[in-house]
Amino acid sequence: MIRLNWMLVLSSVLFAISVAGMFINRKNLILLLMCVELLLLSANMNFVAFSRVSGDIHGQLFVFFVLTVAAAESAIGLAILVVLFRERRSINVEDLSTLKG
Amino acid sequence: MLVEVLFWVFAAILSVAALAMITVRNPVHAALLLVLCFFTSAAIWLLMEAEFLAVVLILVYVGAVMVLFLFVVMMLDINIEEVRARVTRYAFFGAIVAGVVVFEIVSVVWSRSGAEAGRVAQSLPADHSNTAELGKLLYTEYVYPFELAAVLLLVAIVAAISLTMRKRAGLKQQNISKQVAVRREDRVRIVKMPAEGGASAAAPAEKGP
Repeated sequence: MIRLNWMLVLSSVLFAISVAGMFINRKNLILLLMCVELLLLSANMNFVAFSRVSGDIHGQLFVFFVLTVAAAESAIGLAILVVLFRERRSINVEDLSTLKG
Repeated sequence: MLVEVLFWVFAAILSVAALAMITVRNPVHAALLLVLCFFTSAAIWLLMEAEFLAVVLILVYVGAVMVLFLFVVMMLDINIEEVRARVTRYAFFGAIVAGVVVFEIVSVVWSRSGAEAGRVAQSLPADHSNTAELGKLLYTEYVYPFELAAVLLLVAIVAAISLTMRKRAGLKQQNISKQVAVRREDRVRIVKMPAEGGASAAAPAEKGP
């Protein structure tokens, strides 16, 4: 059977890859959104692993809610992206300096 | 034994697909590799006997969210070369951060690799239904969060539509409230005029607008 620490290592590798992806693709807004999706997936993998190992199904229910929120987040994020591209003709993060943050 | 072999094969596919996703130049290829990541994760969750979540992951992510990503990527017509310029400056730093993250978590997990970290899931009986268990919990104990999630999705729908809807110039369309609010006096004017005998040729010219 699959051991708990294998799953933890796999999800940490996924987490690290998506963090590195945020550094590498820090110009491209759409790839940043994809990296966020991968990051949430790695967190969900921990939830599933702990839920199955400890025999407690509440963890899997939490994954369900995380998936809901992530779907809503990506829908709104992509809508903002479309509006942004219509205004600026670009999705480069460095062009978004109107607020001077 | 077969489960372990399959787990390592799927873990390798997942890691390679994730690595390829963050390094490819083309956003369409990145989206397709992310689909592969989700699919492989669903297979791993099936191996963990979390069947309902595996199916939901494929239906929601591969079927809806990634299709949305692909639509947006293809709609936007991005200049790839311009976006991906000067990438290597951050690649080194990103690799360092990722390496530190993996090292920390792996060292913590392996330092406690005794009984607790090496635990395996109890294999479930053949007639055990993961979906029925989740459904019972979802509609009894978690019914209020479930409704909140539904409201959240509704808000997301309204927000996405209202953000992306635009008024195009020169488009002919109905304005219902104006149509309902119109009064008789705005449209009709009755002109009284005396009846004339015989001069029928001049009558159309004298009628008011």
